[in-house]
Order: sequence, then structure tokens, then C-alpha cells
Amino acid sequence: MHDAGKVIPGIIAFVLFVTVPFWTNFGKAAPKPQPELPKEYKKCVESKEFMRREHMKLLRKWRFDVVRNNMRVYINSEGRLINMSLQNECMRCHTSKKKFCDVCHDYVAAHPYCWNCHIPPEEKKGWATKEVKSLTEEASSKQPASHH
Amino acid sequence: MGAVFALVTVLAFVIVVYVGVGIAGLRGLFGIVIPYAAFLVFLIGMVYRMIEWAKIPVPFRIVTTCGQQKSFRWVKRSRLESPYNNFEVVLRMILEVFAFRSLFRNLKAEIKGPNLIYGSYKWLWLGAIAFHYAFFTILLRHFRFFSYPVPEPIQILDQIDSFFHIGLPHLYMTDVVILAALTFLFLRRLADPKLRYISLASDYLPLFMIYGLVISGILMRHFFKVDVTQVKEFTMGLVHFNPKAPQVGVIFYIHIFFLSALMAYFPFSKLVHMLGVFFSPTRNLANNSRAVRHQPAPWWKKPKFKTYCEWQEEFKEQLIESGQPIDEDCYEKK
Repeated sequence: MHDAGKVIPGIIAFVLFVTVPFWTNFGKAAPKPQPELPKEYKKCVESKEFMRREHMKLLRKWRFDVVRNNMRVYINSEGRLINMSLQNECMRCHTSKKKFCDVCHDYVAAHPYCWNCHIPPEEKKGWATKEVKSLTEEASSKQPASHH
Repeated sequence: MGAVFALVTVLAFVIVVYVGVGIAGLRGLFGIVIPYAAFLVFLIGMVYRMIEWAKIPVPFRIVTTCGQQKSFRWVKRSRLESPYNNFEVVLRMILEVFAFRSLFRNLKAEIKGPNLIYGSYKWLWLGAIAFHYAFFTILLRHFRFFSYPVPEPIQILDQIDSFFHIGLPHLYMTDVVILAALTFLFLRRLADPKLRYISLASDYLPLFMIYGLVISGILMRHFFKVDVTQVKEFTMGLVHFNPKAPQVGVIFYIHIFFLSALMAYFPFSKLVHMLGVFFSPTRNLANNSRAVRHQPAPWWKKPKFKTYCEWQEEFKEQLIESGQPIDEDCYEKK
């Protein structure tokens, strides 16, 4: 081999660069996100698989329908009527942003801007109970006038 | 013809994955076996390439220059266009690798009336640099699937890239740029008859494979959604050598398959220019042949010379017999 003094460091640099994901994770645990699900409610707006996949698109559609079209009721695939509201409807069951939303969002480094305008429910130790419901209503009254 | 062949190949990829995962359910094969195999081919193939290149002797300085070389002190020289020492070579290489200077010099020849006119033509440079930087940013951005916690610079890069907050999930600027650049680089080959003639299937195939990779990624992010949490659990499993193929849509497997195909194709195709640029003797040498006696070729052996003294020693008897004078200096020095 010619110029081994330059070629071999080059090869090592290349190998290190393309194997970055392997050696930076070596010996580290691979945590799995475990969002806490509400105990009292079993059914979400749509199926679990749909929600995991498309909740962001659904919420975006809701925002559009409410803000632009003044439509406040969503009819889900089962025909159930649902109030289109992040603070009053989603967070009614998922009472903790930290234990639910943030778990996966932090895991995949997603930065949703929901809470730039909305107010997350106050973090409480308990899970979805009737007390919390009044709390979200209180939070909704603090909601700023501009939606986005 | 080349374009059609490449297009059919890429469509076949999609069909293979659609049948393999969508119908036959071979998630383990397409999610785990093929990506690992492709990565190994990529890694070993690229290292093999470099070793093979390094074995080839370069006995002459064959620098491509386009400026005045170092000469008399009062002749102005061009340090980048005709580098004289290693420092200037390094500067030249950095600008070549990061700024594509040689493409910036691209010209276009046109016949205008009776005259052949050469004009500046920067579009190739612009398309190439847009494509490469967008692709590199996308590569870096994907590190968010291979690290936990995700490093802050990667998160910042992600947020800058989705700065305009178009749609949800946000549209990445680099996705738009790379699609535009790929489209330009593809149409460039089709538009000019001369360029179309010299373009082969191996020119179109990498373009189409990257197209497939980009389009499947964009579709997955914005249209045929997949559960990104499951995807990250899978990618983290890959780097921990403990992967479980995720139960997500076929579009994810198409994306992974395009990536695998690209990785496996890398060492065998024009894509090795990624490493080849560093091994180009026309770029990585200093143009100083006039000043420095360079190492000759490895097969070069010093020829055997015979000095006058040696010759005189060999024919001494004959020389004396015929009355020729003997050079006494030969003996004095000893």
C-alpha cells in the first residue's frame, strides 16, 4: 500500500463515521417509551393504531375545522360525537402532558408546538378523575384569544 | 434506454417489497436481514475499494492545473489552481470537497451563427451542491432515530430544517431542496441530446434510487403515516443488535429497502466518488515536479553503470598491448 500514513487514518475515519450509531449507543440501554394510559377510559377518539399514527394530522384537522370553519364536533368512525378540543377533550382523559404526550415526543425528538398557545393541565399525581375535569375547564378559561 | 432500465429496476424494488412485506409478511427479511447485509456490503466494499486504490502506484505527478505554477519570484502564481506544497493541496481539496470548485468551472458550448461560444454555466454546480448538502443534512437529521437522548445539535438542525412550520408534521426545507435538485439533475441528462447519449443506466439508477428513498420518506412522514415511536424502537434495536421488525405500513419497508439497495450499490457504482475524490491523483498531489525529484515508480531499478575506471580495469591487458595510455587517476584515488 502506498501512502499508508494517510490512507489508513482515512479508512479509520471513514469506518468510525459510518458506524457512529453503533458505537455511540454501545453499552447504553435502549429504553422503550411507556406513555401512561388513562385507567378510567378505554376508547380514544379513534383506534389506538390510528391515534398512534395520525394523531398529529387529526389535531391539525381539528384546529382547522374549529378556527377556520367554526365546526366544533368531530364524528368518529363509530359515529360518536366528540368535542374538537385539545385542552377540554384530549386532556380530559390524558391528564398529564408529562406522562403521556412528552414520553414519546421526547423519545423521537418531536417538537410539537401545541403548547405555544394551549395550556397543558396542571401536573397532578392522580389520573383522570372528576376533580381533574374541573381543572381543565379552569385552564380553558385562561386560553388566549388567538388560537395559533 | 438507460433511463427506462433504471426506472424499471426501481419500480421492481417497490413491487418486491410490496409483495414481500405487504403480502408475504416477510418483515424480518426486509427489516433486519437485508439492511444488515447491505450495511456490511457497504462497509466492507468501501474499505476494500480504498485498499485497492491505495495499492496502485502513482509514479508521476499528474495534477490537473488551471493556473500559473510556481516559477520565478516575480511571476504571480495561483496557489489553488496549481498547488505547490501539501498545505495548498489541502486547501484545494477542502474547497473541492465542500464547495465543488471544479463544477463551478463548468462551461457550456453553443454554436451561435458561425461561432462556437463557450459560456459560464453554473446550473450543474448549483444542482449538485443543493443535492449534496440537502442529502447530508437529511442523513444527519436521521441520527434522531439512532440516539437517545437525541443530541442537542441534531434537534436544533431538525428545528431549523422545519423552520417554516408548514403542515404537521412540519415540512422539511431539505426535502423540498433535494427533490428540486434531483429533478434538475435528472432533467439535465434528458434535455441535452449529447448528454442523453453519454448517460448510461448506471447514471440514472443512483438518481432514481435516491428519488425512491426521498419520495418514500416524504410519503411516510406526510401521507401514509407510520407509528414513528415503533420505528424508533426498531432502529434503536438495530444499533443494539437486538431488532424487532415493527408492525408498520409497507411504506416504511420500501424506505428501508431503498436505503439498503443504495448502500449495497455504493461500492460498485459511481457513488464511490464520495471516497474517490480523496484518491484522485489529479487533485491530491502538489504540482512541484520541476522542483522536487519524486520517488520513481516502484518497479524502477537503478541501471548498472560502468565507470571508465571499471572499463579500463576490464580491458587493461588489451589496452597495454596496443600501447594505449592508462589513466593513472583510477589507481591514485584508491
